[in-house]
Amino acid sequence: MIRTLPRSTPISRLLLAVTIPLALALLLPTVYLALRAAQVPSGDALSYLTRAGTLRVIGRSLLLVGAVSLSAAAIGIPAAWLTVRTDLRARRLWTVVLTVPLVIPSYVFALALVGALGQRGFVQGWLAPLGVERLPSIYGFWGAWLAITLLSYPYVFLSVRAGLKGLDPALEEASRTLGRSGWETFRRITLRQLMPSITAGVLLVALYTLSDFGAVAIMQYNVFTRAIYLRLSLDLGLAALLSIVLVALSVGILVLAHITEPRGSHYTQRSARVPRRVTLGRWQGAAQAFLALIALGALIAPLGVLSYWLVNGLQHGETVNSVLAPLQRSIRAAALAALAAGALALPFVILQVRYPSRLSHALAQGAYLGYALPGVVVGLAFVFLGAKALGALNQTFGLSDYRSLGLLVFAYVVRFLPQAIGPARAGLLQVNPHLEESALTLGRSRPRVFLSVTLPLMRPGVIAGVALMFLTAMKELPITLLLAPTGYTTLATQIWSASSEAFYARAAAPALVLVLISALSLVYILDSDD
Amino acid sequence: MTEPAAIVCHNLSKSFGPVRAVESVSFRLERGHFLALLGPSGCGKTTVLRMIAGLETPDAGTIELAGRVVDGGGASMPPHHRRVGLVFQDYALFPHLTVAENIAYGLGRGTERQARVATLLSLVGLTGYEARYPRELSGGQQQRVALARALAPQPDLLLLDEPFSNLDVALRTQVREDVRQIILEAGVSAILVTHDQDEAMSLADCIAVMFAGRIHQIGTARALYEAPISRQVAQFLGEANVLPGDARSHSVSTALGELPLRAAPLHGPVDVLLRPEAIDLSADGAGTAARVQRAVYHGSHQAVWVTLADGTPLKVLTGPEVDWLPGAPVRVQVRGEVLAFPRADG
Repeated sequence: MIRTLPRSTPISRLLLAVTIPLALALLLPTVYLALRAAQVPSGDALSYLTRAGTLRVIGRSLLLVGAVSLSAAAIGIPAAWLTVRTDLRARRLWTVVLTVPLVIPSYVFALALVGALGQRGFVQGWLAPLGVERLPSIYGFWGAWLAITLLSYPYVFLSVRAGLKGLDPALEEASRTLGRSGWETFRRITLRQLMPSITAGVLLVALYTLSDFGAVAIMQYNVFTRAIYLRLSLDLGLAALLSIVLVALSVGILVLAHITEPRGSHYTQRSARVPRRVTLGRWQGAAQAFLALIALGALIAPLGVLSYWLVNGLQHGETVNSVLAPLQRSIRAAALAALAAGALALPFVILQVRYPSRLSHALAQGAYLGYALPGVVVGLAFVFLGAKALGALNQTFGLSDYRSLGLLVFAYVVRFLPQAIGPARAGLLQVNPHLEESALTLGRSRPRVFLSVTLPLMRPGVIAGVALMFLTAMKELPITLLLAPTGYTTLATQIWSASSEAFYARAAAPALVLVLISALSLVYILDSDD
Repeated sequence: MTEPAAIVCHNLSKSFGPVRAVESVSFRLERGHFLALLGPSGCGKTTVLRMIAGLETPDAGTIELAGRVVDGGGASMPPHHRRVGLVFQDYALFPHLTVAENIAYGLGRGTERQARVATLLSLVGLTGYEARYPRELSGGQQQRVALARALAPQPDLLLLDEPFSNLDVALRTQVREDVRQIILEAGVSAILVTHDQDEAMSLADCIAVMFAGRIHQIGTARALYEAPISRQVAQFLGEANVLPGDARSHSVSTALGELPLRAAPLHGPVDVLLRPEAIDLSADGAGTAARVQRAVYHGSHQAVWVTLADGTPLKVLTGPEVDWLPGAPVRVQVRGEVLAFPRADG
């Protein structure tokens, strides 16, 4: 264990004084949501939660999570193995191509799917003259399952890739010299060692599925997030109740992820050698076809559909200029949130890494809560807060609407702060505390050591976190829908309203712009992969 | 010959891209013997070991294990059929298996399995540690589990890849003795890869010295130390002072006077090698005049650095009795015959 600085110092007390109120502010909406749910009379709550309709929502959510987890693993694990451990041709290119779908917003993907295969999609248009009256409906389970699987399998892919790369090749070699065949070695050693990576990836997929709003809303598949959104206008108390159940499920998945996190069963020690690649031989073609099929479904087809609708729209008088104002608004809101999160992440990270204690650990966990809060829940919580607590203020100042840019940015921070904390923490963990200690012994004060040694060394992590947070906030749909001020149309809400009215041609331009910008986050994702 | 050799390698070569890691390596090891492959890091010794285990395929050459050709003629037997045990530098113990499960990993199913594990645990002195996980063991204990695991399937040949480099220096000598004892008791033929000449000398019957992918010399520790075939081998096995000299058949003239040559006859400019322990110091006897620079006292002996009149520095290992003070005049005399090698640029 690396020795760290003593626990209670003026600095650590100052950090605590900053982070404790911050953590409380981050918790506030959730706590308020819970209070609001608790106000529902317990008899009503029970009868609502056990009603057939509610049980169906729960059942559909679990079905979708289970089905997507399985199919994402079935795609992600073989794809990772092919790109890391075999002589697959164009491995580097495949790695990039297979990672890209991760950055496509789910509502954009679902929009493309509906735009192609829906009742008013162009495939139907082509087939109508051939006598095909009606394509089988892609709405409901199958559409949602397909969309979320093809967008979330990269979590398994990247996690298993990292696991395969971190595997000490000497373990497999030892197994071979002890008389075990290649297949036995894969089963008994490789797969066993990969279990933590597979589990981590699948749990991320499950969390993504549970919290996704865009795909299930467009596919009209009534799982938790959509049910909450629909309840919103009818009964806020019951929406809060559903939210609490959803958050409990998400927290359950996060706890599961934490428990299964490799501890000791994994060596970080590894040989410098790269393991020998498996020769695919006559399987090369089959492997290429498998990966091409995934890339076609997850990337090429949706981009093709959007491009088709863009051209179609331009021919019918749509202009691209309508994208400019929403783009500016998206950038402004996301940039404000990312900068705020970058600054807020620092005290949490420093406290957790340099002054480890039960309290600092608990504070860090609190900041990570955003991961367990689906966007629709965060949005709902702020609707409550805005309507109630800020309502009084607004009345005083004669404001009629609680929705504001400030509230939107705050909600983004609550939801996505972990994305800024993660890379910053990794950056600080790479800074050897002995460097700071040697700077201290050279006569620099602690604040100056932080500015002259720590911050410059952890800067890449901080910047990566801010950039990732920016790109994620750009894509966020439900929070923006619920909290953006009237008239503050962003790319996400522009796509949403165009798609709900089936104006695919109008949604194509903002969707393509959003995908293009989101693709930038790939730089950071792939960086962390190598 | 009734019994085949444990291993015969013939003209093994291996390149990694443009790097020629191993070039035409040939050697033979009889059953029950212990060979050390000794050389600086990057000399290709580990690659030789990995080719023997079947983890790398030679570009050319043949390997014959206990009479079976395992590499050569275009065919290469996969590692799990070779009956070769390998102890890795970092042990490579399976972290998800217990000590007993690690040792049993290479054994087939059956009732003898448990008995075999118990035998090996007692051989390596770890009885009672069956249920521990590798992370709960010290480095020395992990080392012995790795050895037991490699020995469990009764391999025809045991390979050890720098097995002591991850241990504390203080622990190393003890573990080295233990390992030697265990291998002797198991009666297995073994090959050790190391860059530590002390390790090679104290464990192996026979040492092969490798530089840049080639074996330069094979022999016993004594033969290599006393009759190295090159300056490189001589300097890798122990310390040596190098003096320029002019060889004339059976003697060589140097700054220390006319010295008798061992590997005679030689002619022309040569490098003369003087082992520090083959030089005598005296206050006023015969020999060449020199001056003491520094002396380091080690208890059983001392190391003295002296400078000849022409500035040539020499290191001398001598008895601890005389207290040589810096600056004191001293007489230097060489004992016995000296080794010399024709100078590369001469």
